[in-house]
Amino acid sequence: MRRALRAVPAVILVLALIGVWELYVDLKGPTFSLAILPSPHAVASSLYHDRSLLWSSFLVTAQEVLLGILAAVVIGGALSVAIHFSPTLRRATYPLIVASQAVPVAVFAPVLAFWLGFGILPKLVVVAIVSFFSIVVTATAGLDAVDPDLIKLMRTFDASRITTFRHVELPSALPSVFAGAKIAVAVSVIGAVFAEYTGSNSGLGYVILVSEPQLLVARAVAATVILSLFAIALFALLALAERMALPWAYGPREERAA
Amino acid sequence: MPAKGATTEMIEAPPKEPRELNAPDGVRVELVSRGFTTPRGRVEALAGMSLRADAHELVAVVGPSGCGKTTLLELICGLQAPDAGTVHAAPAALMPQRDLLLPWLSAIDNAGLALRARGASREEARRTAAPWLERFGLERFEHTRPSELSGGMRQRVSFLRTLLAGKPVLALDEPFAALDAITRQEMQGWLAHVLAGEPRTVILITHDVEEAVMLADRVVVMSPRPGRAVAEIEVTVPKPRRRTDASVVELRERALAALGADT
Repeated sequence: MRRALRAVPAVILVLALIGVWELYVDLKGPTFSLAILPSPHAVASSLYHDRSLLWSSFLVTAQEVLLGILAAVVIGGALSVAIHFSPTLRRATYPLIVASQAVPVAVFAPVLAFWLGFGILPKLVVVAIVSFFSIVVTATAGLDAVDPDLIKLMRTFDASRITTFRHVELPSALPSVFAGAKIAVAVSVIGAVFAEYTGSNSGLGYVILVSEPQLLVARAVAATVILSLFAIALFALLALAERMALPWAYGPREERAA
Repeated sequence: MPAKGATTEMIEAPPKEPRELNAPDGVRVELVSRGFTTPRGRVEALAGMSLRADAHELVAVVGPSGCGKTTLLELICGLQAPDAGTVHAAPAALMPQRDLLLPWLSAIDNAGLALRARGASREEARRTAAPWLERFGLERFEHTRPSELSGGMRQRVSFLRTLLAGKPVLALDEPFAALDAITRQEMQGWLAHVLAGEPRTVILITHDVEEAVMLADRVVVMSPRPGRAVAEIEVTVPKPRRRTDASVVELRERALAALGADT
């Protein structure tokens, strides 16, 4: 009950924004709403009438995002561990990891399409590359933040480097990994859309791309609404998983604002 | 937060060196010097420090803040090597200054961490730790996480973790410094009681002179940095001791005088 009440401010804010939006589009007249920004009720109507197209497109994009994040977590996690153990590897790879975040998707997406075709694979790669950065940076920071006194303590217990990693460093880094994955969720959705822009015939990004020139702006915005809801759902799911997997990280701070 | 150079030094310290055991179950530190290079220059932590602890003796080390006490413990535990001098010590387990319990483990799993570090399964470690938790009055808190334990309980779990490492030497780094006065007194009595039943060689670092005199067989007083032993006080008062005993009070004053405090 209390949880439900906590959602009230967000709901009021969203309703107010929708109201302002509706009013604004009404004042601008029909040309504006057809070609530039549709009214919320037109978007709602598109969500209903185009539901089968939007749903099948959503399944495509959702698959790209989920598999892409998974790949980023697996590869990024492994790289973080390697970086944690090898200062040389850290110095060698960090500039590239940072650079990978700065290169616009539009630049490397055509190259990926050239190499990997127009199927799901190049989209996975794009999603993985854009979410990779936040995962590697947060996971490495989490591993680095382990108290050096704890490492010393484990050494006086004759623990091997691997044992110390398993019992001390890995569990302490997990909250950071979750934080990185939550950041990755939002950017990965954008990544999937841009990947679909550059070469595809399905997915919500493709729907947005082909709807705009046909003056079906309401459909494009409807697709965007679904993308946003998807990002929120993924974020919430990760937060829930984190609470279940790491109850110790929340115990004493149960009541803090979520 | 330690300086950057110091952190690297800690993490990338050389592997533990095999040391001669011509001090069976005891500790011999002879004329040891140890310094560190920090971004602000060279710092000498210890210069000509000597210390001896025979088997099953409790030696307390008192000294002003920053006199190299923690460095001394790390030398004894083999976490560092001296620049000069020799350290002979039987294998030692550390009890760090802060309890450093792992927040994701229950009390019993924290207590058994040293066993798991040597490859025991979770169940084996729990079987070994359970009777000890009972002896330490923690049987109802086996499955409680550290965040829900009191300060005194956390120190007991931390001590048990060090004890279960099974090393002949226990290196205790200001174990009760973070506790309130009443809990600290309780824990001092408790430690004396535990060690009476489970004799080990103990090096107890403390800045509390009274704690040193209450618990130790010998009190070593260190100088300000660079640290070395400036006085050694035998405490022959039979245990259990009372804070108000004339001999305890007198030894405490002697130790304080050696520290250079006006009393």
